[in-house]
Amino acid sequence: MTPPLSNAGGELLRRRLVGRVLAERADALVITGLGAPTYDVAAAGETARNFHFWGAMGLAAVTGLGLALARPGERVLVITGDGEMMMGAGSLATIANAGAPNLAILVLDNRSFGETGEQPSLTAGPADIAAMARGAGISTVRDCRTEADLADTIGALYTAPGPVLCVAQVARGEDQKVLPSWDGPHQVSVFQTAIGTRSFPYKPITL
Amino acid sequence: MDQHWSRDVFRAFKSGNIRTVATVPDGGLTELLNLCEADSGITVITLSSEQEGMGLLFGLWLGGERAVLLMQSSGTGNCMNALSLPAITQTPCLMLVTMRGENGEQNPWQVPMGQGCRPALEAMGVTCFSAADNADVGTAFESAAQLAFEDGKSTAVLVHQHIIGTKEFVK
Ligand SMILES: Cc1ncc(C[n+]2csc(CCOP(=O)(O)OP(=O)(O)O)c2C)c(N)n1
Repeated sequence: MTPPLSNAGGELLRRRLVGRVLAERADALVITGLGAPTYDVAAAGETARNFHFWGAMGLAAVTGLGLALARPGERVLVITGDGEMMMGAGSLATIANAGAPNLAILVLDNRSFGETGEQPSLTAGPADIAAMARGAGISTVRDCRTEADLADTIGALYTAPGPVLCVAQVARGEDQKVLPSWDGPHQVSVFQTAIGTRSFPYKPITL
Repeated sequence: MDQHWSRDVFRAFKSGNIRTVATVPDGGLTELLNLCEADSGITVITLSSEQEGMGLLFGLWLGGERAVLLMQSSGTGNCMNALSLPAITQTPCLMLVTMRGENGEQNPWQVPMGQGCRPALEAMGVTCFSAADNADVGTAFESAAQLAFEDGKSTAVLVHQHIIGTKEFVK
């Protein structure tokens, strides 16, 4: 029997939710925002097609945009937290304007800055990331509140024309830390080798 | 007469396989951005803030594409923590910066970041190539691009304000 995806109060459990979403990733390329989303994705099992942020807060989604534009034939999934997404809020407009049919973003909204001690984040107040994404012009936006919404969310993340943004309301609280590599050049090398974009020596620039 | 520096830089984009240009525009970038917009082989991505450039360029690089960020000097101040990404991953981050707040600047609000631009970039490990006249910009760009793409460095070409001219504020 698979463990339940929600707690007794019906709130989604992030670690299990991410595991469930990634179980259907096929060959998707995954970028993770710093903090708990990085650990959640690592907990689902490392692959060469993951790139994990450990800093540069606010840049996960727009990094996904760059990757999606460079690799139009592959699905790119960004998994990040509400605090990280909020720091890159302007990039929602950049992403919508650039257009990226193969890009999807999953925001794990726990209404707190989990990594820094569970302080309430801006989504604990009136801010609503799904509404901001709609306002920015993101074409497909979904709220995922309970297990009943999950099939629709997973469908949107992997098959709806992008850019897609799904906000999953998840329970507060920290899971066990599962730490992937934080070695930047190593991660780049493994990732690029896996998708065939590593090239040495580079073609020189000439005027 | 020398041709406009934008043409030299644009030629380097084409010969160097730089196919994506990210920007928050500046008046001094108008000619270069027009050349890029008119070229079907180059995609111009408008950013809401310059720091997004570090993420966008990094994502493109992961996917095998070369890109450049074009911005005015005030925009470099928006990039500080974002520059951690190319630094820690040792991936290319190529920037071209049109300077404000230098000789002849009329808007005092441009001066603090204009003057702080180079030291701030250098503090984050960016190698800066200054171009003091029109004919210098192309070679400065070539050096910056080479160091970025061949050695995975963050580099910036700073196009001096006197090349671009000063913006007049007429009441
Ligand atoms: C520029 C910057 N400011 C602040 C921090 C400290 N910090 C690290 S993780 C984090 C919060 C992340 O919150 P969220 O994305 O909601 O993830 P959660 O851990 O709650 O899932 C913060 C504020 C940082 N690393 N960088």
